[in-house]
Amino acid sequence: MMMTKTKKPIALAVGMLLGLSVATAQATDDMSLHISPQSQPAPEGLEDYAHGDARSGYIYATEETRTLQDDDFENPAFLWVEKAQEQWSTPEGDANKSCQSCHGDVESMKGVGAVYPKFDPEIGDLLNLEKRINRCRSEGMQATPWKWESDELLGMTSLVKMQSRGMPVNVSIDGPAKEYFEKGMKFYNTRVGQMDLACKHCHIDQNGNYMRAELLSQGQANGFPTYRLKWQKLGSLHRRFRGCNNNIRAEKLANGSPEYMALELYVTWRGNGLPIEAPSVRK
Amino acid sequence: MSKAPKPRVKSPKTAAKGDVVTIKTTISHQMESGLRKGKDGKLIPRQIINKFEALFNGKQIMSATLYPSISANPYIDFDMKVEEAGEFEFKWFDDNGEVYTKKAKMQLEG
Repeated sequence: MMMTKTKKPIALAVGMLLGLSVATAQATDDMSLHISPQSQPAPEGLEDYAHGDARSGYIYATEETRTLQDDDFENPAFLWVEKAQEQWSTPEGDANKSCQSCHGDVESMKGVGAVYPKFDPEIGDLLNLEKRINRCRSEGMQATPWKWESDELLGMTSLVKMQSRGMPVNVSIDGPAKEYFEKGMKFYNTRVGQMDLACKHCHIDQNGNYMRAELLSQGQANGFPTYRLKWQKLGSLHRRFRGCNNNIRAEKLANGSPEYMALELYVTWRGNGLPIEAPSVRK
Repeated sequence: MSKAPKPRVKSPKTAAKGDVVTIKTTISHQMESGLRKGKDGKLIPRQIINKFEALFNGKQIMSATLYPSISANPYIDFDMKVEEAGEFEFKWFDDNGEVYTKKAKMQLEG
């Protein structure tokens, strides 16, 4: 944003302060900065998987992959979900508590998956569902937290998020979360790695085009954790981030790192309004 | 560890005589092909489900031999014509000698 020359230095300083907040306000209003504008409406029968210009990865998937996701039995992710269902009522840790001891039936988790990642005032940091579950384990149950990409954590995250299936993603970027949102947005738009690419180059600029045999999606997060056929198992969003960073010959960051947490908030926010699909199936 | 394979089966609880019903089965299994190398550069030994068998009232109704190219968490479904009420028994045979089983009952309608 350009400043007018007539402004006095002090006014300029104030203007710059204000300018910062104005710039973000505009950034969140103009969605074309975050999602590539879609000239075509969502394909017939898949309208539920679109919201404004946002398109779920479901739309980009092949029909065969969608069929797998549509049937809870054929969806291989449910092997993990079923284990998590047993885990839900199994007491563990020094407090001898299970998830059920505090939360009751898992149905009580309805709506929770739609609002994470979320700023937690208690610890003063951003939490996603994985971190929230592990916090329950270490604080409430006094049990060892699960490893990030472990079958247990992936299963439990899917089980909790699944209770909100079909509900619109609705993460908040107001208040203390704003700082993380801006950090995530910056990461998304910053060129990194030997190929000198940012997230946006594939997922905004080239969205809908082919990169060799790959149809580039918008990189929406509403389906995670996802059963990826390539992985032959469930995987977290951060695993996907690591995969993307690796593909563009950039440094892979650690699962749960502050950078990926901020990115998760930004990427999830881009899909506000899309239905929660976890656990989805992707190729 | 929670790595123990977990079978899942979807079969009808009730069916009418003469009906053709679909039975869906799957099991969580890594289906290690024996062709991959580990971090130490050595081959990871093959460990797959090599055979699947479905029985109804003790009689074999379907069986399949599986090979290393079959993906992890193998999914198998098949159709059966209903003649009588009874119990399904599904068996997955692991390379390591273990057999995972799951049972399900089916009643006749009416």
